[in-house]
Amino acid sequence: MTIVQMLSYHFMQRALIVGVLVSLCAALLGVSLVLKRYSMIGDGLSHVGFGALAIASALHLAPLAVAVPVVIVTAVLLLRLSQSSRVKGDAMIAIISSSALAIGVICVSLTTGMNTEVSSYMFGSILSLSRSDAILSVILSLAVLALFLLFYPRLFAVTFDESFSKATGTRTELYNTLLAVLTAVTVVLGMRMMGALLISSLIIFPALSAMRICRSFKAVVLCAAGISAGCFVLGTVASFFLETPTGASIVVADLICFGICSLLGSRD
Amino acid sequence: MAIIQCENAGFAYDGRTVLEGVNFSLNAGDYLCVVGENGSGKSTLIKGLLGLKKPDRGTVRFGDGLKSTEIGYLPQQTQLQRDFPASVGEVVLSGCLNSLGGRFRYNREDRERARKNMERMGIEDLEKTSYHALSGGQQQRVLLARALCATKKLLLLDEPVTGLDPVAAGEMYNLIKLVNLCDDITVIMVSHDIHAAVRYATHILHLGQKQLFFGTAAEYKESDAARRFLGGNRI
Repeated sequence: MTIVQMLSYHFMQRALIVGVLVSLCAALLGVSLVLKRYSMIGDGLSHVGFGALAIASALHLAPLAVAVPVVIVTAVLLLRLSQSSRVKGDAMIAIISSSALAIGVICVSLTTGMNTEVSSYMFGSILSLSRSDAILSVILSLAVLALFLLFYPRLFAVTFDESFSKATGTRTELYNTLLAVLTAVTVVLGMRMMGALLISSLIIFPALSAMRICRSFKAVVLCAAGISAGCFVLGTVASFFLETPTGASIVVADLICFGICSLLGSRD
Repeated sequence: MAIIQCENAGFAYDGRTVLEGVNFSLNAGDYLCVVGENGSGKSTLIKGLLGLKKPDRGTVRFGDGLKSTEIGYLPQQTQLQRDFPASVGEVVLSGCLNSLGGRFRYNREDRERARKNMERMGIEDLEKTSYHALSGGQQQRVLLARALCATKKLLLLDEPVTGLDPVAAGEMYNLIKLVNLCDDITVIMVSHDIHAAVRYATHILHLGQKQLFFGTAAEYKESDAARRFLGGNRI
C-alpha cells in the first residue's frame, strides 16, 4: 500500500482536508488559551460536548447541531464564571466537565447502550466523516481561521495584558467571548477526529512545542500552526499504515514533536 | 483648564467604602505622585481614573478634550507576562491598539509611532528580542514605550519601579520626568518611594482611605501628612 493509493480513498481525502483545517484552528487558539492559563478549557468543553452528543443521539437529533450551541454557551459561561465567581476557574471546569460526562454516560446507558457511535465520540473517528459533516466542518473552521486573523492584533493585546487593553478602551469582554466561541466551535469539530478524551492535546501541544523554540508571538503562532498541521498529517498517515487508532496516533506525533522542540529549545 | 478633575470622589467595593473625599485637579503638564500605605486606596483611584471602576460618590471628569481611551497606562507587572513569548516590537506596537478604531491591522503611522517610542526609551536595538529575556528595568521601559504609544496627553503609572534595582529605578524616574517635560504629557504615578516622589513630582496626593493631602511637592514637604508618613522625620 503506497501513499498514492491511500490518497485515492475519498474518506482519506476528506479526513486530511478537515483534519488540517481543524488542527490549524486548534493551534492558533491554543496559543492564546495556553498563555491565558486556560489550557484545561478544551478538555472541559469536550466533555460537555460528549454529554450533548449523547443526549442528541438518545433523542435522535442531529449531533453537531445540538453540540455546537451547547458547547458555545458553556464556554461563555465558563469564562464569565472564572472571572467573577468564588469557585476558581480550574475547579469550575472540573465540576462542569465531569458532570457533563456523567450525565452523558447515564443517558447513553439508559437508551442505546455503548454503541460504536458513542465510542467514536470518545476516541474519535475521522475516517468515518460523512460528506455533510465534512462540508460543515470546513465552513466552520474557515470561519474560525478568518476571525482569528482579522482580530489578531486585538487578540494579542488581550492575551498579553488584559488590564492595559481594558484601560486603553478595548472591549476585552467582547474579545474574550470571541475566543471562547471560537474555541467551542473548534472543540466540537475536533471531537469528531480526536474524540472527547484526546481533543485537548490538539489545543495544548502545538502551542507548547512552538513556545519552546520561538521568541515572538507571531513566530509562535505560525510555528504552532505548522506543527499542528504537520503532526496531524504524520499521525493520520502512520495510523493508516500501522492500523493504529487515528486520534491516539496524532497525539503521539505531537508528543514526539514536543520532545524534539524541548531538546532544541534547551540548547540555547 | 484642568485635564483631570476629581470632586469629592468616593469608591466602594460591595458597599464597603475604600476611598472617599478625593478632591483634586491637574493641569496639562503636571506630574502627580500618589502616595500612601498598602490598602490606602491608591490602586482603586487608578482604576477610577481609568474608568475601570465607577465612583460611588462625586465625580471624576476629564477636560482639555481628553478621552478615556487616550490614556497611556503602565500596569503593575503580572507573573503571567514574565514568560510570555512576545518580541519587544510586538509589545510596544500593541500600545497602538486604541488608535485602530475600525481597522483590523496596524498601519504605517502606528508602526512609526512604536518605532519612535522605542527610540525614546533606548530600546530600539531590542526590537526583535524576546520580552521575557529582558531585565526588569528593560521590561519596564518596554511597557513605558507601549504606554506612550497609547497617549499624547496623560500617562498613568502604577508602581513603575517596584522590583527594580536602584540604578534601573533611577533611569526609569529620569525617563518619566523627560516624557513629562519634553512632551508635556501629564503624569500620574503611584509610588511607595516618597523621597523620589517629592524630588520628581510637581504635586503630591497622599491617600489613607481618604484624602490626607493634596498640593505641590514643596508644600507637602512641610505638611503634617508627610511627617506622620515618615514617622516624624522631615524629608
